[in-house]
Amino acid sequence: MDKPLYHRAWFLVLPAFLLVVFNAVVPMMTVVNYSVQDTFGNNQFFWNGIGWYQELLDPSTELGGRFYDSLGRNLLFSAIILAIEVPLGVLVALSMPRAGWRVAACLVLMALPLLVPWNVVGTIWQIFAREDIGLFGYFVNHILGITYNYTSGVFSAWFTIVVMDVWHWTSLIALLSYAGLKSIPDAYYQAAAIDGASRWAVFTTIQLPKLRRVLLIGVLLRFMDSFMIYTEPFVVTGGGPGNSTTILSIDLVKIALGQFDLGKAAAMSIVYNLIILAVCWVFYTVMTQVDAQRPKEG
Amino acid sequence: MESLAWMAWTPATLIFYGLIALALGTLTVMAIRHPEVERVGILRIPTTRGDRFFIALLGSAFIHLIFLPLFGADTIATLPVGEGLEVSRLWLASGISLLYAAAVFRWV
Repeated sequence: MDKPLYHRAWFLVLPAFLLVVFNAVVPMMTVVNYSVQDTFGNNQFFWNGIGWYQELLDPSTELGGRFYDSLGRNLLFSAIILAIEVPLGVLVALSMPRAGWRVAACLVLMALPLLVPWNVVGTIWQIFAREDIGLFGYFVNHILGITYNYTSGVFSAWFTIVVMDVWHWTSLIALLSYAGLKSIPDAYYQAAAIDGASRWAVFTTIQLPKLRRVLLIGVLLRFMDSFMIYTEPFVVTGGGPGNSTTILSIDLVKIALGQFDLGKAAAMSIVYNLIILAVCWVFYTVMTQVDAQRPKEG
Repeated sequence: MESLAWMAWTPATLIFYGLIALALGTLTVMAIRHPEVERVGILRIPTTRGDRFFIALLGSAFIHLIFLPLFGADTIATLPVGEGLEVSRLWLASGISLLYAAAVFRWV
């Protein structure tokens, strides 16, 4: 610590700080204020204390039941897509070409889904999976003879939103993993070849440990995105059939803008936000720890 | 204050944010007087004073969130202030949070 500390440099953060105050801190404070009150609009508020939180956290109430149900669905959704996307992404990265024009072709093709906006992805799949005019839906229903209709079948709806997310985001994991794989020096593989290591041994002892950091980032990004996903399921299923695909964000919007229950929605936002904050902190801490340990490993 | 009406401030939330602002101010002054030094505690991660404050705050929020559905917020006492100030059981969670925060600052 020989570096001189020049604290006045902190003022350079001021513009960014002001921006954050206006677009994050002030709205956040407002949400906290809403969460302890009830309103019928017109800026008239009535004190409700911790009433909304009590209702929200009690599964026997209407609000609490909805909250726990959609939280459960959201966690299930995140778990499913992580369980599919991470291994699949690594597999794709492993089978991608290592040199030549095919690398560029692969990278471009893989990056394409990442560039499509969420609502467009939703619309693509909404039409693609329709049983009457959609290529995929028609094929499954009329050629394979399997009843598949995401507007009426719970399984079909879940299948559609999961496959849609896998289609949209596996590329991210694959590209991250590919970058991680490229950074492994050839000497490692040569040493493994001399030792006569099997393909599996190379994967578990060389590639996977080297991928740990990118995979952590990938899992964090995918968890966050899937935990706050809104547009895609909203466009395809609208939370239905029934409430079977109503995840937290969809339910939140229904409560806040559909029913205009700002107090309930605010309490739900705060709890939702706290869960995300806690998960983020854990991931961030683990990630920085992995970084800090790296020099020691040599 | 009419222009701020949409923010729907209440005395309780004002005090809450006031305390947080006060704590952040105190941390800033402390950081200037005694620069933060990382240390490794029972979580085996290096933390500064600010990190510990964050862990304490986040943990306290979860203590309240877990306490509320488990034990409720019934009135456990009435203080002889004004018409009788009712004390909710949730204040116990706040007490636990304070102990927890002290533990975080001491051992994490």
